Amino acid sequence: MADTTQISPDTTSDGERTDLGRSADKARIGAPSGTVDTRAVIDGFTEEGESLPGGDDGVEQLGFKKHSHGNAPVVPEASRGERRRSFDLADFPALTGLEEDWRFTPLRRLRGLHTDALTGTAPAVTVGGAGNVTVETVGRDDARLGSTATPEDRVSAAAWNAFTEATVITIPQETVADGEVMVSVTGTSAAASAQHIMIDARPFSRAVVVLDHSGSATLAQNVEISVGDGADLTVVSVQEWDDDAVHVSSQQAKVGRDARYKHVVVSLGGDLVRLTPSSIFTSTGAEAEMYGLYFADAGQHLEQRLLVDHATPNCKSRVTYKGALQGEDAHTVWVGDVLIRKAAEGTDTYETNRNLLLTDGARSDSVPNLEIETGLIEGAGHASATGRFDDEHLFYLMARGIPEKAARRLVVRGFLTEVIQQIKVPALEERLSESVERELAAGNL
Amino acid sequence: MSTLEIKDLHVSIDTEQGNVPILKGVTLTINTGETHAIMGPNGSGKSTLASTIAGHPRYTVDSGSITLDGEDVLSMSVDERARAGLFLAMQYPVEVPGVTMTNFLRTAKTALDGEAPSLRHWTKDVKTAMSALRIDADFAQRNVNEGFSGGEKKRVEILQLELFRPRFAILDETDSGLDVDALKIVSEGVNREHSKGEMGTLLITHYTRILRYIKPDFVHVFVAGRIAEQGGPELADQLEAEGYDRFTAVGA
Repeated sequence: MADTTQISPDTTSDGERTDLGRSADKARIGAPSGTVDTRAVIDGFTEEGESLPGGDDGVEQLGFKKHSHGNAPVVPEASRGERRRSFDLADFPALTGLEEDWRFTPLRRLRGLHTDALTGTAPAVTVGGAGNVTVETVGRDDARLGSTATPEDRVSAAAWNAFTEATVITIPQETVADGEVMVSVTGTSAAASAQHIMIDARPFSRAVVVLDHSGSATLAQNVEISVGDGADLTVVSVQEWDDDAVHVSSQQAKVGRDARYKHVVVSLGGDLVRLTPSSIFTSTGAEAEMYGLYFADAGQHLEQRLLVDHATPNCKSRVTYKGALQGEDAHTVWVGDVLIRKAAEGTDTYETNRNLLLTDGARSDSVPNLEIETGLIEGAGHASATGRFDDEHLFYLMARGIPEKAARRLVVRGFLTEVIQQIKVPALEERLSESVERELAAGNL
Repeated sequence: MSTLEIKDLHVSIDTEQGNVPILKGVTLTINTGETHAIMGPNGSGKSTLASTIAGHPRYTVDSGSITLDGEDVLSMSVDERARAGLFLAMQYPVEVPGVTMTNFLRTAKTALDGEAPSLRHWTKDVKTAMSALRIDADFAQRNVNEGFSGGEKKRVEILQLELFRPRFAILDETDSGLDVDALKIVSEGVNREHSKGEMGTLLITHYTRILRYIKPDFVHVFVAGRIAEQGGPELADQLEAEGYDRFTAVGA
């Protein structure tokens, strides 16, 4: 790990952390025991970089003793790039909740996705929109499946092993989809189920694919995304589930040479939604933008864990996630892992997470991780700010005649609009704006 | 004509060290068309008076009254006071994330008037007022005060004054932090609105220089939470020559 560069505070924060007042950046906890962290502490911010020295036995996390059950000790990977990837469920030990990548997730609310056979009826998939896009329903033996993405966690591996048929959406080479591809995923059963969707944007194609999740489900899902050389693909994943839904989704994209990939997450509904979107560069000159918007109400758990894997030179990535929370035990989690590998010279990356706590009793965890193995980069930075809508904002707006409720709405709407505007599908933008309004109204704001 | 009347106002704030009285009996009457300057050394309570009139929750009114044409201002919420015609140009305007100036100005104007402004006239009014205050047109699309310099924030406060047309404007150290050019531009804005004869102005300042551009009818010297001396514009001249020493010596 001698070649790992810790970026300096000057290049990390860019003065971007204060727009919402008090910042409440979360330090990473769960470093292995026996490791003395001697790195500099940036004010209000702990930069971990995840390049933790190996060699210790790593049996404690979160200050707790290792559980006596379970075979392997909990060992955080030395680098995010070394996280286990496998199609074999047996490669992922049973979850205890102490694992680095599950420590924020309330496992008991997964309704068996991590323990049970996922034999329930998967939500129905209907694909509409663009006529020049190929849509197939294929058996699990189709050779294309699993060619782009490999499960990185137990639920993803369980889903891989349990799905019976998959939906494959192909945007043919040099084809511009004539309109958005609307993929409706409609849940009707609460039994734990598995689903596999593949989006294959062939070279030099262009398309917007919207995954629109609604209804009630307990779903472990893999969305496998291939962005071919020179392709331009936008994938929007909307979670407007019913209140009881549980949704765990791995959305891995491989991004080819000179390709442009945009991924947008909008999570509003569901009891527990956990998305793990990743962008993995496979060649040079590509660009990935990842946006997210989440609005958690009382009791909701909305989690997103991102990975941007810069494994190749001269790629660019931007991550912007924004969340609002209201109500007792509303909980959001954002973990943004950006990995710049040794070979990824000329990388330009920046990730941002902003959270707005609208009421007491809500909790937002925000963990940006930047791991850099080469100094020969254009730029790398991250920012995280979690603030309350504070009394001074309110006073300013009210002193201009705007009533309290309207003032709060004005701020939240403005805060979240930035992400909605990235979707560039007017009808969907309008629908989601209305959904956000409904969330605000429901929270009596 | 309207009257803003402050009578024997006592105001305190809660601090970690306990309750601290700031205003110790302020009495002041302002009529439409008049400009009152309140001058005083730092810590004399000038800004407390401004914030109390606007209804900032930090300040507790212990006794006394504020009325606007006989209506009890102290029983109104912050937004009700604004809708009643009170406007506070803030000393430190806050940045409001996520809300564009355009959206903010229109929302506030709609709230103040009880109806949305006619789109055609409103857009033109905003443009005219912005250009008179030398505010770049692209500010309209930026978030409220976000990334604005100190001088830009103050100009945007006066922009609001001109667009919202309050019955009483309280300018809380609007002049501080402005260079000479910006001070002139801001003063011209206040004078434009004042000259329409429908606004009373309460100008709070530490320095006399803004009084070269905005002519007060009355000058009140504020020391230790009270008005220590009152007079006409000549009192300002005297302060410029002599400073606050005479008063602080007495006040201490």
